[in-house]
Amino acid sequence: MTRRYPADDLAGKIRTRFPDAVADTAPAELYLERDRLRDVCEFLRDDEALDFRALVALNAVDYVDYFEVVYRLVSYRHNHATVLKVRVYERDEPSVPSVTSVWKGAELQEREVYDLMGVGFEGHPNLKRVFLWEGFEGHPLRRDFLLQRP
Amino acid sequence: MTLKTEPITVNIGPQHPSTHGVFRLRVAFDGEVIQDVEPVFGYLHRGSEKLAEERTYTQVVTLTDRLDYVAPMTSNQAYVLAVERLMGIEAPERGQYIRVMMAELMRIASHLMMIGFFLQDMGAFGTPLMYTFREREDILDLFEMVCGARITVTYMRVGGVQADLPPEFTPALERFLAKIPGQIDDLEQLLSGNEILIARTKNVGLLSAEAAINGSVTGPALRASGVDWDLRKSDPYEIYDQLEFDVPIGENGDNYDRFVLRLEEMRQSVRIVRQCKEQMPGGPHRLELPMLLRPPAGDAYGRVEAPKGELGFYLVSDGSIAPYRCAIRSPSFINLTVLRDMLIGWKLADMVTIFGSLDVNMGEVDR
Repeated sequence: MTRRYPADDLAGKIRTRFPDAVADTAPAELYLERDRLRDVCEFLRDDEALDFRALVALNAVDYVDYFEVVYRLVSYRHNHATVLKVRVYERDEPSVPSVTSVWKGAELQEREVYDLMGVGFEGHPNLKRVFLWEGFEGHPLRRDFLLQRP
Repeated sequence: MTLKTEPITVNIGPQHPSTHGVFRLRVAFDGEVIQDVEPVFGYLHRGSEKLAEERTYTQVVTLTDRLDYVAPMTSNQAYVLAVERLMGIEAPERGQYIRVMMAELMRIASHLMMIGFFLQDMGAFGTPLMYTFREREDILDLFEMVCGARITVTYMRVGGVQADLPPEFTPALERFLAKIPGQIDDLEQLLSGNEILIARTKNVGLLSAEAAINGSVTGPALRASGVDWDLRKSDPYEIYDQLEFDVPIGENGDNYDRFVLRLEEMRQSVRIVRQCKEQMPGGPHRLELPMLLRPPAGDAYGRVEAPKGELGFYLVSDGSIAPYRCAIRSPSFINLTVLRDMLIGWKLADMVTIFGSLDVNMGEVDR
């Protein structure tokens, strides 16, 4: 069974390196401050005991008051997993740091989130729409984007 | 005299037989050698995630059929597992056995398609593809028997499956299980020793384990690179922990490994189906649940080892009858992250085989 890495332990480890990086913890997930995201991710990947070398999934949710970007990390060697969440309270031009330099697997996933949810990723090498065409107005997965019936 | 040369950009697809759907590549060539690749997506984008937000939890099952239309059963399974996790329920044992059996039959069908098209891409035109289609047809007949549909099955439900196995199913399955191992052997004998096939696949399209992990590659492509990671073993869901099977692992991460690994996975799937048939318990195939499901507010992530890799559904509920957010982790789409690095330096003819060996499905890429 893949073990959920205890969030409190993980938060403690991160705080010893980056005291202000963890915003909150829940039983199975961590809320991070957006500005320290990339440093923390690099640490999670390179630490021998943590070894989160794979970013399995990257999704975003629009909670209207804020956007939440969800990162699912797995260590194949230790068979444990964790979930990181970052909240962005801006609506006009929300953005979080890109983690493509840490995990290449984020490249297309970040483009998808940008395309459909409109959350930008600072430092992404090629941030443009992936499914919809350039010139499409709006981001369909936002809650205020309404489907039109013919 | 010096000849002036310059790279030439060629547009391949979206309408091209080797793209297995509507996929487009903008490729820069230096002579015949690939210098740069830019994949272009979106020709099959239907907005499945948005559509899910205005359907009830049960209705969304129909959308999942249309993601990976070569493997609809596993898409069903990933989605219903996510909803069950959200609601904190589990299907009855018989329902789980039926689901695993269907998922493994689906894996055989999906790998058959991959092998058929992979060989077709290499110039074995028609014949192997027709063989694999013939075998796949038997599996689709079994699906038709249990749910009335061949492709858009919508067979799995939250809390079990839509209907119990009909009486004629088990004899038909036994006939299928009696002949499929021989057919897989035939396919292997026909092709694995073939000189052309080996020349076109061995040491072509290398993907290192490091690059595969860092690029979020999952499924057979990851295992062919030598990473021992199969969700059915590493994080067993449903009743996989009660079944005996092996997870084949590749060594070099080349086209050949990705091809042979799928042949071996089909054999393991046959083993699993046989065990499911023998161990099939009695009892209900489905939980009694209300028509309109209202999972408690919260989020859940359900995932399965689909034929193409880890297929996951991230569901967020606000307590209403429709998902607040239904995000799909599509293995086909994410596996394409490494495509550019895999292609650069190879020739045009290898492009087709490298892309084919990844086995992506455009319905799942574009969603």
